Amino acid sequence: MTDNIHQYRPGAFKQLTAWLLHHFQSLVFSLGKIYRSPSSTLMTVAVIGITLTLPGGFYLFLKNIENISGDFRSTTQISLYLKLDTTLDQAHRLEQQLSANPDVADTLLITRSQALAEFKKHSGFGESIEQLADNPLPHTLIVQPRQNMETLNIKTLQSKLQSLPLVDIAKLDTEWLERLYTLLDMAKRAVIIISLLFSFAVLLIIGNTIRLDIQNRYQEIIVTKLIGATDAFIRRPFLYGGVWYGLFGGILSWLLVELSALVLSGPFARLNLLYQAEFKLMTFTLSDFMILIAASTLLGLAGSWLAVARHLNEIEPK
Amino acid sequence: MIQFHNVTKRYPGGYEALTNVSLNLPAGEMAFLTGHSGAGKSTLLKIISLIEKPTRGQAILNQINLNTVSRKRIPYIRRNIGIIFQDHQLLFDRPVFDNVAMPLIIQGYAHPEIRKRTRAALDKVGLLHKEKSMPITLSGGEQQRVGIARAVVHKPMLLLADEPTGNLDPVLSREIMQIFVEFHQVGVSVLVASHDLNLIEELQKPVVTLNQGSVIHNDLERDDDR
Repeated sequence: MTDNIHQYRPGAFKQLTAWLLHHFQSLVFSLGKIYRSPSSTLMTVAVIGITLTLPGGFYLFLKNIENISGDFRSTTQISLYLKLDTTLDQAHRLEQQLSANPDVADTLLITRSQALAEFKKHSGFGESIEQLADNPLPHTLIVQPRQNMETLNIKTLQSKLQSLPLVDIAKLDTEWLERLYTLLDMAKRAVIIISLLFSFAVLLIIGNTIRLDIQNRYQEIIVTKLIGATDAFIRRPFLYGGVWYGLFGGILSWLLVELSALVLSGPFARLNLLYQAEFKLMTFTLSDFMILIAASTLLGLAGSWLAVARHLNEIEPK
Repeated sequence: MIQFHNVTKRYPGGYEALTNVSLNLPAGEMAFLTGHSGAGKSTLLKIISLIEKPTRGQAILNQINLNTVSRKRIPYIRRNIGIIFQDHQLLFDRPVFDNVAMPLIIQGYAHPEIRKRTRAALDKVGLLHKEKSMPITLSGGEQQRVGIARAVVHKPMLLLADEPTGNLDPVLSREIMQIFVEFHQVGVSVLVASHDLNLIEELQKPVVTLNQGSVIHNDLERDDDR
């Protein structure tokens, strides 16, 4: 039996141009639909935008904390309390020797008398200290490791310094920093979990919106099927609809996060002033922005795909 | 064009809508399908338009066995048929022109071609001046004519009409039938389901009459030579 269907199929080139044309038409059509029903679209986009703002904001919050704590890391110091019988000369020589070490960025010698004077001034025990026959404080050498040194290497440096004959105690105060980093690590994982959950929420929101859209256009789907539309043809406008929802939702969430950052920038500047620091409030970089937009657009596509796959095949002419 | 060999259609639940129906509509022929409502006219049209599949027997459309068509190929086969519904099934959210152009858009015609053919189809049913109107503003007869324009715009080989005059007064009905006759005259095969017996008699075309799913009168006896 000959198959008479082929003769009604347009050629490959014509099919390709028609395919591209319909993609473009679906794109414009779905955008036009959004334009024609702005209030319902706005609601959906707002829900998606707000939902994505939470993981986005958390991410930015973490990024800032990391930025600040990274700065703390570079201020890690090793305090060398020299043995009490060390002379000032010996201390000076040790300082010179250490500053030649490539792992050391800077050194500062606080002599015993300086230390005592400082202590008298700030501790409030001034008079009782004057009763002391001898200065109980040692010479102290503050060693600043070079920038961006790994924690492990700093520890190695510490033990090396500890083994020097003149050194009584080499103290590295990083415990609080490590606690902070552990907390940050936990927070990072929390952000990932939150992002996953909220992405899933966005998927459901978009899926449900597209499902309603499909129901509203039940009649149109039936008619187009009867006049020979392929499943792909019918699917396309809905998929583009989902893409638009995701894209606009992503842009809205970016705006919301940036706006929140703007609101926080005042107190942040005051905090900087109080700590005499010069931290910059970090906002989304271009690549962060791109990732956010790409992710939300993909979520839109995936959500609408789920809805379309589930509900479009159920609609058949009867 | 259409060949039915002992086609039986039984719906889930046991209701038998067609029993051993055989008929042969040659290419370029025009025929009427009559019978009371519930006689199986709609089911017969649904089998041709691939909405239903026969339970038994063989249905053939232009040498394509409709029993074994895969889901993927259904749209391409439907493009050879123009279907006219009793309630015309226009989309009220877009103007007349867009309604009529739909089959061409689906098949990926280029824009100038879509314009040309759509306007030609509208001209044919005498509604070119209404191309920018919304369907809701048209009368029942005009809406049905838009439905016909949409069914013929892509020049199908076969026109199927399910009670196309069901909601129209006799004058309008005659006008609509006249349009079908004109398409038949230019070589399109036409099958019209109708119970407007006076009008059918007037047009003097072959008639197939169904009663409770069986053929009781058949001007289109099966001819296996075709």
